[in-house]
Amino acid sequence: MIGRLTNDVPRRAAMALFLLFLVLLLAPWFANDYLLTVLILIFYFAYTGQAWNIMMGFAGQLSLGHAIYIGLGGYTAAVLFGYFGISPWVGSLVAILFAISCGAVIGFLAFRFRVAGVYFAILTIAFAEFARIGFDHFTYVGGSAGFFLPVSNYAQSDLWTLRGKPIMFYYLSLGMTVGAVILCHIMLRSRIGYFWQAIREDEEAARAVGIDTFRYKLLAVIISAAMTSLAGVFFAFYYNNLFPEEVFSINRSIELILAPFIGGIGTLFGPILGAFMLTGLAETLTTTLAAFGIDVPGAKQIFYGICLLLVITVLPEGVWPWLYRRLHMAEPHE
Amino acid sequence: MPTDIYLNVAVSGVLTGLVYGLMALGLSVIFGVVRVVNFAHGEMTTVAMYLAVVLFATMGLDPLLMMVPIAGVLFVFGYVLQRWLINRFISRPEHSQFILLVAIAIIMTNVLLIVFGPDARSVQTSYAFDSFMFGPLIVDATKAFAAAAAIAFAAALFAFFRFTRLGIAMRACADNYTGAQVIGLNVPRLYALTFGLGAACVGVAGAMLALITDVTPPLGPSFTLLAFVIVIVGGLGSMPGALAGGILIGVIAALAGLFYTPSAKGMFVFAILVVVLLFRPQGIFGRRA
Repeated sequence: MIGRLTNDVPRRAAMALFLLFLVLLLAPWFANDYLLTVLILIFYFAYTGQAWNIMMGFAGQLSLGHAIYIGLGGYTAAVLFGYFGISPWVGSLVAILFAISCGAVIGFLAFRFRVAGVYFAILTIAFAEFARIGFDHFTYVGGSAGFFLPVSNYAQSDLWTLRGKPIMFYYLSLGMTVGAVILCHIMLRSRIGYFWQAIREDEEAARAVGIDTFRYKLLAVIISAAMTSLAGVFFAFYYNNLFPEEVFSINRSIELILAPFIGGIGTLFGPILGAFMLTGLAETLTTTLAAFGIDVPGAKQIFYGICLLLVITVLPEGVWPWLYRRLHMAEPHE
Repeated sequence: MPTDIYLNVAVSGVLTGLVYGLMALGLSVIFGVVRVVNFAHGEMTTVAMYLAVVLFATMGLDPLLMMVPIAGVLFVFGYVLQRWLINRFISRPEHSQFILLVAIAIIMTNVLLIVFGPDARSVQTSYAFDSFMFGPLIVDATKAFAAAAAIAFAAALFAFFRFTRLGIAMRACADNYTGAQVIGLNVPRLYALTFGLGAACVGVAGAMLALITDVTPPLGPSFTLLAFVIVIVGGLGSMPGALAGGILIGVIAALAGLFYTPSAKGMFVFAILVVVLLFRPQGIFGRRA
């Protein structure tokens, strides 16, 4: 297993990766609470970026409505816990089920009716917006007034109910990110990954050589949706509140594609690097501004916009492929 | 009596829909010629709305008169944007262009947020509560003026593309990019002019929308989506389609608000989008590419 995971990664890169992982594993011992929350945010974006990347980066299907899976996942697990006391671990399975069904419906309709490119992207937005307005009027889960999970000051962390301190969420988010990278690595190196890349590069050609493009595109949507819904569960239990206007909003869908775009779509480490760069720099900016007593509400978003503009103009493939070339390593997935 | 209410609401939907249709027409013109999907369309609309609000609040200038200068400002903005930024992305993949415009949209929304704050602004004219009576029909004067302006501007644009050399040259770029270059048309300049014209539509529509609804900075994405829905329903690249789509969506949204609840009308709009995308992806008036 380990051998299969590492045999095509250069030794230098493997060492660096191992060191990074070690530092992150030990981070809670030397990081304060603030740094820990920033790292949680980074992993959240790295994980969701990785999940979205499966659809866009690997299979070439641009989704701009991934907030729908965040929202569905979050609401499912939160309602099951809040109303019935069911553990989020069990709730996650139900959330995955809902997300898969939703992704399957969107994917089936889109691919069956040959909705592609920009139209596909807009279809995904439409579904997310539909869900947003729908949940606004779904009074059982609080409607537009939101859904809240019980909060108290925890002396200890309870992993089974996900009630507790930031350190638990830190390790959870780290684990999810590492898991997502390993899963994506395995998929990229297997049959399904090659099929996806073939579809991404030239769908007609892929079909001509006998790839069932409908089936593999649908699989990409389903896997991506399932993974994203787990991020929704995490989101719900970490923030303890859900508002349709917030979780299903187009801003959330856009937010979660920034990291992979900046890091490099279609690459394994792009989303992670992008999340570190974007969130790290944005938090630094906010803290610096706050130190000078300046509190501008839109400053962080403008910063996101400028970063995106710069990267897309100067390094259209993203930062990771460029960095890789600068370090004289061959990108294993390009 | 109930029939009167439905009729009144439907007429109000038609008038508002025409203004939205003009906004969507801008998107359609830009896509039809430049082949770039303007994901910052709604943000440009909010900028135009704020221009109208500021001109009215500071100098008491009526948006009905100011729509021409506002369209001019938006034209220049669109021209410069296309010429200096978007033009480099013409041969890039779709998602690259998309992310460029999303970046521009994010910056615009948040600059508006910093400058104007999150509170809703509006224009209160002296004729805000005037109305015309046509038998049982009561037509809101502001909406009637706004719709008339939208029709006038759209008609001017149709005429421009149909009868002027410049308009025909632009259509030539749309029909055959390589051919247009071969016969010596300055394609980048024509693209920039087209983008400017599309933005001018937004300028007029935005000035009119400032009369009809309140404006807040985060409205941008919802206007973008609305413009997309209208254009896809009407047929992307079809000019009459955009206006017809606007009217259709306007009426459906207004009636949905009446029959169900106003806050849920968006659901009906998106449901129509999904149905059109699946069963008639070229739109009601569009031709299949």
